[in-house]
Amino acid sequence: MEDLGLWVIPLAILGGAIRVSTPFLFVSLGEVLTERSGRINLGLEGTLVFGAMSAYAIAYLTGSPWLGVLAAAAGGAFFGLIHGLICSLPRVNDIAVGIAMMILGMGLAFYFGKPYVQPVAPDLPSISFGWWSDIPQVKAALRVNVLFLIGAVLAFAMWWMFRATKVGLIIRVVGDSTDAARAMGLRPTLIRTLATAAGGAFAGVGGAYLSLFYPGSWNEGISSGQGLMAVALVIFARWNPIACFGAALLFGGAGALGPTLQSVGFSEGYYLFFAAPYVLTLGVLIATSSPTRAMTGAPGELSITK
Amino acid sequence: MSINSFSRRGFLKSTAAVAGATALPQFAAADGHAPLTVGFIYVGPKDDFGYNQAHAEGAAAVKAMEGVVVVEEENVAETTDVQNTMESMINFDDAKLLFPTSFGYFNPHVLETAPKHPDVRFQHAAGLWSEGMPTNVGSYFGYIGMGQYLNGITAGHATTTKKIGFVAAKPIPQVLLNINSFLLGARQVDPEITCQVIFTGEWSLAVKEAEATNALADAGCDVITCHVDGPKVVMETAAGRDCFVCGYHANQAPLAPEKYLTGAEWNWAGVYTGMVQTVLDGGTIDNFVRGGLADGFIKMSPLGSAVSDASRAQFEAVKAEIMAGGFAAIKGPLNDNAGNTLLGAGDALVETDIALESMDYLVEGVIGSTS
Repeated sequence: MEDLGLWVIPLAILGGAIRVSTPFLFVSLGEVLTERSGRINLGLEGTLVFGAMSAYAIAYLTGSPWLGVLAAAAGGAFFGLIHGLICSLPRVNDIAVGIAMMILGMGLAFYFGKPYVQPVAPDLPSISFGWWSDIPQVKAALRVNVLFLIGAVLAFAMWWMFRATKVGLIIRVVGDSTDAARAMGLRPTLIRTLATAAGGAFAGVGGAYLSLFYPGSWNEGISSGQGLMAVALVIFARWNPIACFGAALLFGGAGALGPTLQSVGFSEGYYLFFAAPYVLTLGVLIATSSPTRAMTGAPGELSITK
Repeated sequence: MSINSFSRRGFLKSTAAVAGATALPQFAAADGHAPLTVGFIYVGPKDDFGYNQAHAEGAAAVKAMEGVVVVEEENVAETTDVQNTMESMINFDDAKLLFPTSFGYFNPHVLETAPKHPDVRFQHAAGLWSEGMPTNVGSYFGYIGMGQYLNGITAGHATTTKKIGFVAAKPIPQVLLNINSFLLGARQVDPEITCQVIFTGEWSLAVKEAEATNALADAGCDVITCHVDGPKVVMETAAGRDCFVCGYHANQAPLAPEKYLTGAEWNWAGVYTGMVQTVLDGGTIDNFVRGGLADGFIKMSPLGSAVSDASRAQFEAVKAEIMAGGFAAIKGPLNDNAGNTLLGAGDALVETDIALESMDYLVEGVIGSTS
């Protein structure tokens, strides 16, 4: 293998962005969908972990990773549905329910996932976009998983949906004003519940990526807070699906800095490098903050904006 | 009997009788003595293909012993959580022998809990018991650095880039000894080999471990080993990047059969059954127990198919030297990787040397830093 010197840093950031971003992307897209309909689902961390477990278990039992992805989506939709239904009851706080659902999701995943820590399940396929290069590092960085591509397409599709389609506009109306939606003859509770279920399915697929591709195994520490971070990224991305894609890439790429800098000899202070994604997030938030448009893009019916 | 005669006292009497009847079998062991309750506490899941699994396999062997009841708890953090777990095992399960198996449990958690329960024995893995600490605390560990030294020999033969890699959790003495031993083993084959180390900062962080493994592969390392709690992710990721792997904690050969050279494994079953038998017989376990390959504390995974004949021969020869006792992997002349002299020519730290357990340096040839 060739020694690329400092060139491995940009290469690793690119590779890290592609490898690590997918779960952030799917969870934040799911959360955008949910929040645009006027509800917050903090439970997506639990959904992510449960998705990772169910995908791994089903992929191992059936031999098909795609059935695993399907199972994760179904499990995620189920969790979203439960969250949506409970929050439809009067005077229920969606943040409190979300935290309860997060802990429930993780607990159930650990309980049912016990027998699947050891076995090896088949991985999701990836496409090599590095065929033009004969440098192994480039080839490795450009091994792109199909779910990453699907997620990228989904981000643009969702942006278009919110902007130009009837479904998108309905979700936005429900999210911005319950009264206006009712006046239009829509059923806000039903629409919110469906949006929350769909958002849960997205988060489940994000979990499937974790356990079936990268890092590609099921264990109880597989997520370590990625679902929570992704929910925060939604605010960072101002409820814009394309910005979510950018935020996920930024977060993934920055996460690769810690290990890579050590590998090229910047070995002092690696704990600081590991904080890079968070420092970057804070930096961008401060740089883009403004007292006049702090909540631009925030749906009007969110419990935090009301 | 009228409905009124259902008094509170009567209710208490009957429930107490039921409770007594159900509790009875617990106290009736085969020989009439109360069985010994042994508690095992793990920092992670007990089937992690790694550190916790190795201990849990030891606990399983204890479970099979007569007159012993085993209670286990996994995913116990190295915080006051472990004190609560120990207290509940003592107070509710009546445990008389505890095995808190994670390094970070020792100070302050075991040292604070032990004086409150003088009749309970605390056997801590990896800690360093010394004179003046509570006498009902013991610490035990194995010289697994020797296993990493043997790993290094197979790595030295397998590498073509002369760069080998190590994914490490935290820069504590045991981890540093493993890193240094891995490199020094490889340098027995070729003194030009270097070892790149990447610290992840935590015992179990799957994504970061995968990123670290990829970074090592990108930097040109072609043999990779690790010291994290669950080596599964590192093994699979490294093999996916076409690197050879050396295992750690348990046998990970099934994860990468083509790429697995060998591995340094714990062998706790014999150690744990021995300690429990000592307590059953009314004896006392030594406060400070250590053992290596020769004592059956550690073992090596069977050599993989990718190991060459020359590699096999050197591996077996060095293993025989270690089995004979008094072997030193850390010997002079030796500098650390900042250029300071550690040992002069002729000096050596044999595997049993207590100085190895406070190691705070990386030797020359290791690329990385302890902070």
